[in-house]
Amino acid sequence: MTGYILKRLLSAIPVLFGITLIVFLIMALIPGDPATAILGSYATPENVARLNQELGLDAPMWQRYFIWLGNMLQGDFGRSFALNRPVLDEILERFNATLILAGTAFILCAVFGIIAGVISAANQYGAADKAITFIVLLGISIPSFFLGMMMVLLFAVNLKWLPVSGMVAIYGGGDLPDILKHLTMPALALAVVATGVVARLARSAMLEVLRQDFIRTARAKGVREGSVIWRHALKAAMVSIIPVLGIQAGFVLSGAVYIEMVFQWPGIGRMLVDAILKRDILLVQGGVVFVAACYVLFNIIVDVAQSMLDPRIKT
Amino acid sequence: MRAFFKLLFRNRLAAAGAVVMALVVLLALVTPLLPLMDPDITNTADRFMRPFSEGHLFGTDHLGRDLLSRLMWGTRLSLAVGFAAAIIAAIIGSAIGIIAGYFAGRTDNIIMRFVDMLMAFPYILLALAIVAALGPGLMNALIAVAAVNIPFFARNIRGITVGIAHQEFVDAAKLAGLGHTKIILSEVLPNVVPVIVIAMSTTIGWMILETAGLSFLGLGSQPPQADLGSMLGEARSALITSPHTSIVPGFMILVIVMAINLLGDGVRDALDPRLKSGALSRPTATTQIASDRVAAASANDNAILSINNLQTQFHIKDRIYKAVGGVDLDVKPGECLGIIGESGSGKSVTALSVMGLVASPPGIITGGSVIYEGEDLIGAPYEKLRSYRGNRIAYIFQDPLATLHPLYKVGDQLAEAIRCHHHVSKTAARAKAVDLLKSVRIPNPEDRAESYPHELSGGMRQRIGIAMALANDPDIIIADEPTTALDVTVQAQILALLNDLRREHGLAIIFITHDFGVVAQLCDRVAVMYAGRIVETGETDTILADPAHPYTKRLIACVPELGGGRRQLAAIPGLPPVVDKLPDGCAFAERCEKCRTECTVGDIPLRISGSRAVRCLYPETELARETA
Amino acid sequence: MTIALRLQNLSKSFAVGKRLLGAPKGVVRAVNPVTLDVKKGETLGIVGESGCGKSTFARLLVGLLEPTTGSIEINGQPLDNADPAAFGKKIQYVFQDPVSSLNPRKTIRQIMEAPLKHLHHMDKTARAKRISEIFATVSLREEFLDRYPHEFSGGQAQRIGIARALAAEAEILILDEPVSALDVSVQAQVLNLLAALKEKLGLTYLFISHDLAVVEAVSDRIAVLYFGSVVEIGNAEDVFRAPRHPYTKLLADSAPVVGRPLTAPEGKETELPDPLNPPTGCAFRARCPHAIKTCATETPQLTGDETQRAACFNPLF
Repeated sequence: MTGYILKRLLSAIPVLFGITLIVFLIMALIPGDPATAILGSYATPENVARLNQELGLDAPMWQRYFIWLGNMLQGDFGRSFALNRPVLDEILERFNATLILAGTAFILCAVFGIIAGVISAANQYGAADKAITFIVLLGISIPSFFLGMMMVLLFAVNLKWLPVSGMVAIYGGGDLPDILKHLTMPALALAVVATGVVARLARSAMLEVLRQDFIRTARAKGVREGSVIWRHALKAAMVSIIPVLGIQAGFVLSGAVYIEMVFQWPGIGRMLVDAILKRDILLVQGGVVFVAACYVLFNIIVDVAQSMLDPRIKT
Repeated sequence: MRAFFKLLFRNRLAAAGAVVMALVVLLALVTPLLPLMDPDITNTADRFMRPFSEGHLFGTDHLGRDLLSRLMWGTRLSLAVGFAAAIIAAIIGSAIGIIAGYFAGRTDNIIMRFVDMLMAFPYILLALAIVAALGPGLMNALIAVAAVNIPFFARNIRGITVGIAHQEFVDAAKLAGLGHTKIILSEVLPNVVPVIVIAMSTTIGWMILETAGLSFLGLGSQPPQADLGSMLGEARSALITSPHTSIVPGFMILVIVMAINLLGDGVRDALDPRLKSGALSRPTATTQIASDRVAAASANDNAILSINNLQTQFHIKDRIYKAVGGVDLDVKPGECLGIIGESGSGKSVTALSVMGLVASPPGIITGGSVIYEGEDLIGAPYEKLRSYRGNRIAYIFQDPLATLHPLYKVGDQLAEAIRCHHHVSKTAARAKAVDLLKSVRIPNPEDRAESYPHELSGGMRQRIGIAMALANDPDIIIADEPTTALDVTVQAQILALLNDLRREHGLAIIFITHDFGVVAQLCDRVAVMYAGRIVETGETDTILADPAHPYTKRLIACVPELGGGRRQLAAIPGLPPVVDKLPDGCAFAERCEKCRTECTVGDIPLRISGSRAVRCLYPETELARETA
Repeated sequence: MTIALRLQNLSKSFAVGKRLLGAPKGVVRAVNPVTLDVKKGETLGIVGESGCGKSTFARLLVGLLEPTTGSIEINGQPLDNADPAAFGKKIQYVFQDPVSSLNPRKTIRQIMEAPLKHLHHMDKTARAKRISEIFATVSLREEFLDRYPHEFSGGQAQRIGIARALAAEAEILILDEPVSALDVSVQAQVLNLLAALKEKLGLTYLFISHDLAVVEAVSDRIAVLYFGSVVEIGNAEDVFRAPRHPYTKLLADSAPVVGRPLTAPEGKETELPDPLNPPTGCAFRARCPHAIKTCATETPQLTGDETQRAACFNPLF
């Protein structure tokens, strides 16, 4: 097992390099002179030249890549010119907020998605299946940002149960109940869509498994139906559900960008959108690489979980 | 194509989705022709007018622009961008996937490494990076959305292509002299297209959401032009004071995406061949039983299991397949009864019907009874049936890899079989499991109990299957072609083992097979099935030496026997009848040389004579007159 | 007698655990070097159990796989194995699974036309004429031509597969388990059709199967494969009646035969050797009741007279 984890970690290294390269190349598509883009068209040529030199932008492209990469490996993601602070500091602070939001939503979608999928499959074409299928359909069809806005209207504006936006109350906030209160709506709005996707996949994975011969064997042994569904079938279905959860984590992270905008959640998604609109390139580059790296690591965890579940994967 | 639409519109939800979608697309197409206000004309005096105001059906937005007009133009834009992104992603992604999957090897490896790299990004990061580089704008958002979906298509289509490229018809095309390009275009592509259509129809809604999302963030369409996403984005700041400006575009997105998803699911279901045969329906815990079933009484008292006039059907769409059409069988204690027949003869369905293990839907037991210990098992409550399954009557199935759970250790699977019926501790059950492995002559049983099924050979796995059947010391074992998937040397070992075990344990065995050699070596009595009915039963030796039914006789003649040298083999012309269109009279009549007109009318009964019975008006050998 | 097919040292190894760069982790020898001749008009039966390499062998012969070593000669001319189309005119293949060997999205006519068009470059009228001829030969009705493969039963589909192989006008047919997917009563129909075709068209067959009785019934000579090697080859009437190799005997004793009592045949209940880590010497020695010292150290070669040769240091006679 340790060997497998090590192997997976090692195999992540080229992927991480690839990610940095892709991000770098995409950013190299930016037309014109980046320094002018940063400083705006009123900048003097001297200022532009100085910034270019400061950013190392006068070097050839491949050199710039390795300088950027080398700096990142030493923890130096550069400096955000718009915020005038180190990129990494900003990222870490913002990532924390995103992690709370996306993590909660991810756990919600995994748990409820799988349960809904199993119930749906076990009662195929029954009332529960139809109800779940409809809710799932609604969930995957509604834009999460629209859902968030409607929730604000209902729960915050009309019913006044929950705060409209933000992560902590401005005065006297910051304790756990306060964060939870702020977290409820965004986490739910974010989870709804992802739950739908997980439930659909869990349902079809379960249906696929329930037709297998070994389920007939379990029934022929006299295993109770509850155990057939929740032990025999679900365990086998998890083999195809777990990789989907890995992909789903990416969708939750992606959805978080919208939700952070709607609820003014101080996360990394909002930071990225602001940075793009302000053309704060180093912050965009750093943020994208950082989040992608975290996602790669998360997928290693998913793979390890998969290998623990399925003995057929060579460890 | 016609069949596809028929299938699609039979699904009412999909039809509803199609109607809504057709309406939306139609409206989007005719938008320029409608007498709408200019969507971009601002009039700050009329800002935030409520819906149903004079001249503004849906009201106005923060710049006083007519919401109805903006909605229509926005829908047009969103649809166009969503569809364009989907088509671009599908074409490029599928092309990459087909090339990688078809050529395999290094090409595949390099392409897929790159695709995996792209998929290592949460999709929006890639989209954001692309938009950051190209600058905000609807065209750039389109490129970003298409680009992030290319890996999805590539991976999906590659998987399908790998499967198709290994099919024998691709080899056949190579041998027919076709080059790679021709094979890809004429052999692979036609088989991949349905999958591409499915993937597109199920993701197009998603892509519309994604483009709307980027616009919502202000990275897509730029003012004054607006798609649905940017309308929502602009309305967000006025959400609390003028919610209608948000609700109108948001609701439109919901309607469009929902309609597309409904339609997409319908398309997927209509194109998926597995769903056509009803294969994706989930079998229930016991076989369904028709409410008008007529239970038959047992004719034989000294039988341990007595099957009487059993009828099992498969109802698929509007067709009824009479897989088992009235089977009578008795098994005496300690006896080995063979059921022999070709594929489709109903032998396996008969066996599975005993314990209600026929997959339902589509299987239904429509008549007859199975009497065990004076009770009818057909129609018995589930809990009763369950307590007998594996306990009193156990099964051994054909393919030992597919029939064992791949993720549990074999020792645990054996222990579970015991613990389903007996309250014993885990350790005791585990010890019993090891004993069972020993009894089926598995070397190193302690170690083997820790193995997973995939770590064992076919012969070993079938021994596990036998051990599992023996776990609760049943009275009867039903073995459904247990050696068909095995090699001949392993088959001999397994048959010898089964024979020894049945003598040791005094087991009754129902042994289902298509192999006369196996029947001859193992079974005391044999029943020959054809088209869902028994055509002949009797002692194995008698039937082999002196078959009474013409089918039995000719079937035996077809079987080549080792040691016969080179020769012409006998054949039976024609094919067995399909069981949804059984002819009147004898099902074998059409292929029988001795067929006369009487053979094709009415029901031909199974005539019993002593220990033998035959369903034929003109049997090959006259059975001994029954002495009354 | 002319030699239709001559194999010299033909072998195939697969690399396992391939990596993006660098050498693979290991090599599995699927087929060990085979040297054998097949006479024109002969049927050579090839039997073996799963994993013995018989399918790899068949795919090598028709050029679907590149051989690792050795050469194939047809009618005295070496084959260029780079071009399957060149193979196609000389040697054809009948597949095991009759249904999956027909493209589900093409009509039977389209399937039949492919070899005529691409191998023989016939025009439309010539193709139609040729297809009618072939269909008459294999007794298929021409109305089948506009149907799709899923509309046929296994036996009919296999006839179509044979018809397609005939369309290439190759003189040698590789029959890879052509009847194992079929029921007994239909199996005989196909086997008899094959025998009739051979007679009429002067074909040469390599008949691959796991079913000893079927192979014996159709073959002139039989080769027994075990773990990638030919362990015994001889006249069909002798090989199973009087085997020289202990493995052949084990096979013959294992086949269920009416009237023979059920006893586990001799041969220890062990598994096939691990292909990644093959044993030294004879691959069968772990299961062999007659193994002697030499079996562990040296690899046996086929020895004996032309009628029956076995690769065994301690043959049964």
